[in-house]
Amino acid sequence: MQGDAVLTMRGICKSFPGTKALNHVDFTLRKGEIHALMGENGAGKSTLIKVLTGVYEKEEGSIHIEGIEGEAHIHSPQDAQNAGISTVYQEITLCPNLTVAENMFIGRDEEMVVHWKDYEKKAAAILNNLGIPARPRQELSSCSLAVQQMVAIARAVDMNCKVLILDEPTSSLDEKEVEMLFGLMRDLKNRGVGIVFVTHFLEQVYAVSDRITVLRNGELVGEYPVQELPQVELVAKMMGKDLNDMAQLEQLGQKSVPGEETVYEAERLSSSDSKPFNFRIRKGEVNGFTGLLGSGRSESVRAIFGADRVTGGRVKVHGKEVKIAKPHDAMKNGIGYLPEDRKRDGIIADLSVRDNIILAMQVMKGFFHPMRRSDMEKFADEYVKALSIKTASKDTPVGSLSGGNQQKVILARWLLTHPDYLILDEPTRGIDVGTKLEIQKLVLKLAEENMSVTFISSEIEEMLRTCSRLIVMRDRNIVGELTGDELTQAHVMKTIAGGVRQ
Amino acid sequence: MSMKKASVSKRRREPLTDSQLLMTITIGIFAVMYAAAMIFMGGGFLRTQQFFDLLNDNAALIIISCSLTIVMIGGGINISVGGVIGLTVMACALFLNNSGIQNGPLGILLTLLLALGIGLAFGVLQGFLISYLEIQPFIVTLAGMFLSRGLTTMLSVNPVKVTHEGFLALVKNRLAIPWLGYTAKNGNLIPAKLEIGAVVALLIVVLVYFMLRNAKLGRHIYALGGNQQSALMLGINVKRTRFISYVISGLLSGLAGFVFLMHKPAGNASVAMRSEMDAIAASIIGGTLLTGGVGNVIGTFFGTMILATIQKIIALSPLNESWWQEMANGAMLGLFILLQSVVLSSRKKKARTTS
Repeated sequence: MQGDAVLTMRGICKSFPGTKALNHVDFTLRKGEIHALMGENGAGKSTLIKVLTGVYEKEEGSIHIEGIEGEAHIHSPQDAQNAGISTVYQEITLCPNLTVAENMFIGRDEEMVVHWKDYEKKAAAILNNLGIPARPRQELSSCSLAVQQMVAIARAVDMNCKVLILDEPTSSLDEKEVEMLFGLMRDLKNRGVGIVFVTHFLEQVYAVSDRITVLRNGELVGEYPVQELPQVELVAKMMGKDLNDMAQLEQLGQKSVPGEETVYEAERLSSSDSKPFNFRIRKGEVNGFTGLLGSGRSESVRAIFGADRVTGGRVKVHGKEVKIAKPHDAMKNGIGYLPEDRKRDGIIADLSVRDNIILAMQVMKGFFHPMRRSDMEKFADEYVKALSIKTASKDTPVGSLSGGNQQKVILARWLLTHPDYLILDEPTRGIDVGTKLEIQKLVLKLAEENMSVTFISSEIEEMLRTCSRLIVMRDRNIVGELTGDELTQAHVMKTIAGGVRQ
Repeated sequence: MSMKKASVSKRRREPLTDSQLLMTITIGIFAVMYAAAMIFMGGGFLRTQQFFDLLNDNAALIIISCSLTIVMIGGGINISVGGVIGLTVMACALFLNNSGIQNGPLGILLTLLLALGIGLAFGVLQGFLISYLEIQPFIVTLAGMFLSRGLTTMLSVNPVKVTHEGFLALVKNRLAIPWLGYTAKNGNLIPAKLEIGAVVALLIVVLVYFMLRNAKLGRHIYALGGNQQSALMLGINVKRTRFISYVISGLLSGLAGFVFLMHKPAGNASVAMRSEMDAIAASIIGGTLLTGGVGNVIGTFFGTMILATIQKIIALSPLNESWWQEMANGAMLGLFILLQSVVLSSRKKKARTTS
């Protein structure tokens, strides 16, 4: 064990039926460092963390933790907690119906009777100390996601953890909230906590981390101090290939030239969740809606698809006035929509890959005209291959696939209906770099084949690479439209911040 | 305790939680309903005894409603409670008549233990199947309901009237409260009287209230119902917590059976038939969500009282037919669920726009 290491994992192995999820992986965490654990989906990050937190049992290898003689035995999340390992997950694992204070103390060596006053006093002190804007007696569900996340961290910190694992803590936070979280992380680091940071956002890794460990296909690629590993190299190491793919995208980056024909046009369209806006898209055009979280970009495209209650406005498809009041209307008019919240609005987790793929087409045909089994198989095969969906079989429940592959399944679902206009709301969120690139390439290819695409992403570079027109939103209004030379990061930022034109 | 209370009220006010809000609505509706009955029906409703009679007649229902609230807050359901009452009543009646332990307090004590034992057995068995074998609570307790009803009929097809003198003497006891009574026409003061069962039911409400609010177990039940996965991650022993919630529910059902027998000392195959449904309705009207995590036993108490008041009003009105009663209950429940979802969704919307 190294001198200042709080956690040493050596030769960890874990396999699942059919795959070796971890193959002799080493991981070392030092006192007071933020250590990014990087890798694509399926690289083994989650498995490694679950072994460390006692959710999975390791098959081989050893774990040593500072202050514990010999090997640490972790067989359950409780064991992990007792050993000083705390985890904050992407999905908030607190109880929304309890108060902030209670969420911080419940389940820890409690007495038989709850002393509310003590709870609240202690909670207030901790929240204060860490600068978390929450009141102890507040119901957790009344806090924003970022604050809930911080309460989870506060709980972890108060348990005197030596190792704090943050698993994708930022994926549902906006920029300001991320900054708040980073402030808290740096503060903890200075107090000597070792932090394991798992994220998909490369910029964030460089913003806070001291060290990076890269995994690929269940194997350790290496451990690097952050300043010795430039971003491009990190990506290359994660993907296990050269930067050809990136270059290829830059090449593909000559965006498709939109045709003249207007495919979809909306005039003062509004829904229960969005303000009236005008919008048109031409054949073969890729456009994007950008803006901060909560600026109304998702709400706007949901209005186009009829996903929220439409309250006004006129819509023309191929120049003909139509009424789109519900998603089925939109589908009949050749519009497809990949929703932002994959788990809630996208996949049906318990249905097979095949059934998820044919779902939209089946809906279009109507449920009294069931598709032939052989057709279903054929379509599923075709798209599993075309999008290289990694799945054990077509019968695998889609819920057991990785995030990126789930996203591809939903893409396949829409592509199968051959829409004229496809809306992709955050198709690259929470998925690995390789799949992100694939999806961007696919978008450009679809546009070349004369499909109109609206592409929304939190990562502006992705949108700059793929879109030929960017609609900028702020506070639920369109504040600018950028094309051609204006499509630069600086310009987008400026428009988001100041609003160049109305 | 009193010192703690004082400091509690000094703390800064937080907006009402969902649970508190729903409970407040329930109490408000009960107050309005009872006031309306006092104004328009007068007579008995102007006397405390009327209110006490609601408690006397519905003591067993209050207890099983509490038991349902506990499991429902934990995200479960228990529809065997009525069947367990039926079985307990029958078994206890037979035991009192036939065991040969005549008239002493020992016989009564043993009968109480028998009642609790039956409840405990159902609670443990169902709790085990639901928590450790992870079978759907609806199915398990449906089976429990059939089983208990079947056992009841097996014990005796014919009604069994309790003849045990000690028990009958015990049952006659009343808690008389003179200052809540009224003066009859002939000048005699007639005190308001509570049956033992009603006192027990009120004690249970208070006990369960503090258990849910202050005991570690109670808070774990809330956490479990709020989000089971989170509860597990927070270090709560989810299985054991759920198991205990069903054990308590079973115990309370057994106790409710004993209380029922004290109110009407006779066993009968159809005793407390469908009372589990009334208990579920009372819990929901009291602000317990079927999805778990939200609920309050004080609300449940008033939910039971709302159902009881409806029953009384209809019984005293010209509409005294069972279907009016059922329709009124149905309408009340429907109204309540509607109200709940409107209130909760409008709150959510408000929270979203302000944050």
